[in-house]
Amino acid sequence: MDDLYRDYILEHYKRPQNFGELDPRDLEALEHNPLCGDELGVHIRVKDGRIDELRFHGHGCAISQAAASIASEELKGMELQDVGRLDADWMIELLGIPVSATRRKCALLNLKVVRGAVTGDDSWPTGSA
Amino acid sequence: MPPVAESSLEVREDFPIFARRFDGRPLIYLDSAATSQKPEVVISALTDHLRNHNANVHRGVYALAQEADAAFDLAREKIAAFTGAQRQGTIFTKNVTEAINLVAYSWGRANIGSGDAVLITEMEHHANIVPWQILCRERGATLRYLKVDERGELSLEALESELARGDVRLVAFTHVSNVLGTINPVAEMTARVRAAGAVSLVDGAQAVPHMPVDVDALGADFYGWTGHKALGPTGIGVLHARPEILDGMEPFLTGGDMISSVDFQSATWNELPSKFEAGTPMIAEAVGLAAAVDYLCALDMTRVRVHERSLTAYMLERLAEVPGLRVVGPPEAEGRGGLASFTIEGMHPHDVAELADRGGVCIRAGHHCAQPLMRCLGVGATARASVGVYNDAADIDALVAALHAGREVFGLGGS
Repeated sequence: MDDLYRDYILEHYKRPQNFGELDPRDLEALEHNPLCGDELGVHIRVKDGRIDELRFHGHGCAISQAAASIASEELKGMELQDVGRLDADWMIELLGIPVSATRRKCALLNLKVVRGAVTGDDSWPTGSA
Repeated sequence: MPPVAESSLEVREDFPIFARRFDGRPLIYLDSAATSQKPEVVISALTDHLRNHNANVHRGVYALAQEADAAFDLAREKIAAFTGAQRQGTIFTKNVTEAINLVAYSWGRANIGSGDAVLITEMEHHANIVPWQILCRERGATLRYLKVDERGELSLEALESELARGDVRLVAFTHVSNVLGTINPVAEMTARVRAAGAVSLVDGAQAVPHMPVDVDALGADFYGWTGHKALGPTGIGVLHARPEILDGMEPFLTGGDMISSVDFQSATWNELPSKFEAGTPMIAEAVGLAAAVDYLCALDMTRVRVHERSLTAYMLERLAEVPGLRVVGPPEAEGRGGLASFTIEGMHPHDVAELADRGGVCIRAGHHCAQPLMRCLGVGATARASVGVYNDAADIDALVAALHAGREVFGLGGS
């Protein structure tokens, strides 16, 4: 079994959850990973201060696509004010694989784009790890 | 009859890095298009200079300073001779990026105006795009692109029709594409550019380290290349230009060393090449690069090209065995430099590179600083394997084995 490319990572890569577009939508953002040119966008519908529906779109590597897919399940139903508090540790732990320094941005691109859509803060997420 | 290709130049032992082991495995380095590894002679020339001959150049009267001067001057002689250029027309820059910026700033600002056009190609590295975007925006000029055809090549007829429009002042293009591998017909192109009364700039970053290059015969007005891809150190690049054209240009970076005299309100410029080398130059790096060109000359650049062409032909043949793999660029090794960029269906290039590394093979993945070209190719990124003098067929075999193994990790079938 490969440490990085575990079955569930490849499963999410091949069949990502919550990918597509939303119309109408309340929030959206689009981000690039400057290292590789990968692109990830998000559409969000808000209801009662929570993320009601969320869809990612774009293209990227197995790590970035799987991370977006896995995060999407957690993000749905989350209060908007909590989204701004999510950090890199949250994402890396959720992903459950050892992420090297060079692949860190792949794993964090989805959180960057979601935080950008919700809070306007489009900086790269940081964490203790 | 073409010379018989050697399957290996048998020089790997000259490069100390290949003695390293990664988790017990040897280094299989197929990323020379990004940067080359360095032979012992380059490393020792650099350290010998720093240990034994280090002083600032120009104006030092003591013996040590004269040694540094002599070493720096000799380095420039050798580096100029390597590509058939004149000493006064051989300017040291940080890299090719700085060489192109120098031309865009100094020549471009004086010679490109409103209504003029700069012509580049769709296969350029960002270094040969962005300086022209900025220049054209600043001067009210137009930036136009020569198309890349489905074989990954440029068309001389398209170049002629662009030049016939009468507004093109400068044509900038790469000698060898860092993504497609395409070797462009430089002499045919520069002849047409000159006949149209325009100026040519050639990015030789992927050419000079891998094949015989004579800048005089190629006929480019400006020709840039970089040391670190040619077995030399980082931090030194080269801009060749005819002295007459440099004489007519204003300086780029200004300050010490590039002046003849400085008054309270004005200054006059030093002679070539110092006029374009402000501040303390890259002295040790020049000595290191001179050792690299000595090494390459001893190997013989014709022999280097024959070896790398044969390896590239082998690489193209072996890559074709991998299911779902598509190589971009010219189909034959004859028309390409020592590299192949490719995609594998069902795998992102980053994952391809990561899995190649599991097999101990270093390749690069991404947009290779050529995002407009990626858009033309309809891909976001590619994986790229590139060869150097130290590679042999076994390296290609290891790459292909790693790609097969990578496909298995991704659960991709046999066909």
